[in-house]
Amino acid sequence: MPTAYASAVINAPATRVWSTIRDFNALPVWHPLIADSRIEGGAPSDQVGCVRAFNLKDGGFIRERLLALSDYDYCCVYSILESPMGVENYVATLKLTPITDGDRTFGEWTAEFECDPARTQALVDQISQGVFQTGFDALNERLRY
Amino acid sequence: MVRVMRSTVIDAPVSAVWDVLRDYNGHDRWHPAVSTSRVENGLYADQVGNVRNFLLTGGERVREQLLSFSDRDHSFRYRIVEADVPLENYVAEVSLRPVTDKNRTFWLWTSRFDTPPGLEQEMQQLVAEGVYEAGFEAVRSLVESPGDVTTVDSTVEAPEEMESGSAMVFTRYGEPEVFQMKPISAPPPGTGQVRIRQRAIGINFIDIYCRTGYFRFVEPPGIIGLEAAGEVIDVGDGVTHLVPGQRVAYACLPFGAYTSVRTMDAALVVPLPESIDFATAASCLLKGITAQFLLHQVHPVRAGDTVLVFAPAGGVGNLLCQWARHLGATVIGATTSPEKVQTALDAGAHHVISPGLSSLAEQVRDLTGGQGADVIYDAVGRDSFAQSVEALANCGHLVSYGQASGDIGNWDISSLASNSATVSRPNYVHYTDTHEKISLITSELFDAIQRGILKVKVQHQYRFEQVAQAHHALQNRQTTGSIVLMPE
Repeated sequence: MPTAYASAVINAPATRVWSTIRDFNALPVWHPLIADSRIEGGAPSDQVGCVRAFNLKDGGFIRERLLALSDYDYCCVYSILESPMGVENYVATLKLTPITDGDRTFGEWTAEFECDPARTQALVDQISQGVFQTGFDALNERLRY
Repeated sequence: MVRVMRSTVIDAPVSAVWDVLRDYNGHDRWHPAVSTSRVENGLYADQVGNVRNFLLTGGERVREQLLSFSDRDHSFRYRIVEADVPLENYVAEVSLRPVTDKNRTFWLWTSRFDTPPGLEQEMQQLVAEGVYEAGFEAVRSLVESPGDVTTVDSTVEAPEEMESGSAMVFTRYGEPEVFQMKPISAPPPGTGQVRIRQRAIGINFIDIYCRTGYFRFVEPPGIIGLEAAGEVIDVGDGVTHLVPGQRVAYACLPFGAYTSVRTMDAALVVPLPESIDFATAASCLLKGITAQFLLHQVHPVRAGDTVLVFAPAGGVGNLLCQWARHLGATVIGATTSPEKVQTALDAGAHHVISPGLSSLAEQVRDLTGGQGADVIYDAVGRDSFAQSVEALANCGHLVSYGQASGDIGNWDISSLASNSATVSRPNYVHYTDTHEKISLITSELFDAIQRGILKVKVQHQYRFEQVAQAHHALQNRQTTGSIVLMPE
């Protein structure tokens, strides 16, 4: 199964990074590719099972379900219900681990999915670099001060 | 159950870091706390279930069994089967993750264990700093490219053989007679390490606690002691601030100073100026470093401040009086022993009061026009804490740096509102745990000694084999100055 993976050092304490990304409805606040987001049915954004529906700035529409959220592990797992990306059985995990040396954060973002074999490498690159690494860069920029 | 978690980022790819860590039997080649390692019963180092047998640089033995090992996840877990340190049910995990942004490595080292009540904090610190963080730095210096660090002259080949000497081993908890002189050999320094021929060893009160078992930092048979001075025999890779032949001193963990030759982590070993002899350095470094950070960092004392020092005739108290007076403070010593009054006045105290006669606060207010003390340095603890808070001026600072009379117990911090008091509880380790911190402190300390601001009196020099006599003298309070051991 293809896997996309990106990891980065975020120069802010894990509690601070987590308070930014914990809100499942907050992607447009910190991720530069996202235009808007809402939680379907007015559910709280930390209710496991809730669905976020958001538009990309380039026009794509995506729905994702929150599968797991852990304030203890600083970890969030979600799946794609609907997207223009051409992926099936897409499950992603965003996880933070404190770096005690310097009070920084190690961020890992992983996705496993199925797709047309011919598109595997392009999708892995697009997701790991275009989506995940871009998100980490934005967090670093946002939390710099 | 105590839990420890430490993590860092190493500026090298996972494969390079894993190359070093993967040899479960090779940690003695890089970890400064590990002297030798061997795998028992002829098993392979990457054979799950094998037991590695460590001899630590402090002389302790630890046997650790490999529980899991993964080349795919770059991780392994192990448990302590048997150890000369009080760690029970200890299970640890080392795991590496790639940082894809810049091709670096995230290294996570976690463990959980049980330890006897009262030792939790000490053991947690020992594991977190002495084992995990020290390991991070050792591997970092091994795998990170040196960058712009200038290389030292490598024309002198380090001798590969062991350097022999004698260590004073305490064979069990007990009286001063439990020490036995034993031959010891110090291995060549590994990366980040230095090997020292020790010429003078400082004796501190904590040594007595270690020997009697009041603090079980070191299990017998073992080597205690935190402070010594001597000459560098040789240095390992990555050590740039020391060279062979240099005069050096240290006052730091791990325990193990009672020896004539020692291989240890070099980061906290500092060069010693020519004008300060070995006995003086070994007698005053721990106390002088403490005085420096108490007076200059925990509470920067300024001219005109009123400073109250408990135990002004004691090791740290004496230096606090001298240095605070030089800084222009009004110095008040507090001692219950009439015979120590003169020592306190000689050290620079303007006034000496006795906490027993009337209330400490009253006496301090009488001397300060009703104001109280701006800062109080108190290592007495339980018996003095309440009086100290009361004797503070408004917005004063109580620096509690020890508890010779026992634990202070729980305090309702709203009681500090009566004079807007600040209370600090500094820990030596946190002010002295990096090369940068210790260099800054010791340069100021050595400068103060050289300029005569601090007069350091070595009261007694004992030959190495007279260690029992030296311990008797210290614990019977026969001495007011410092005492040192002089190995041959």
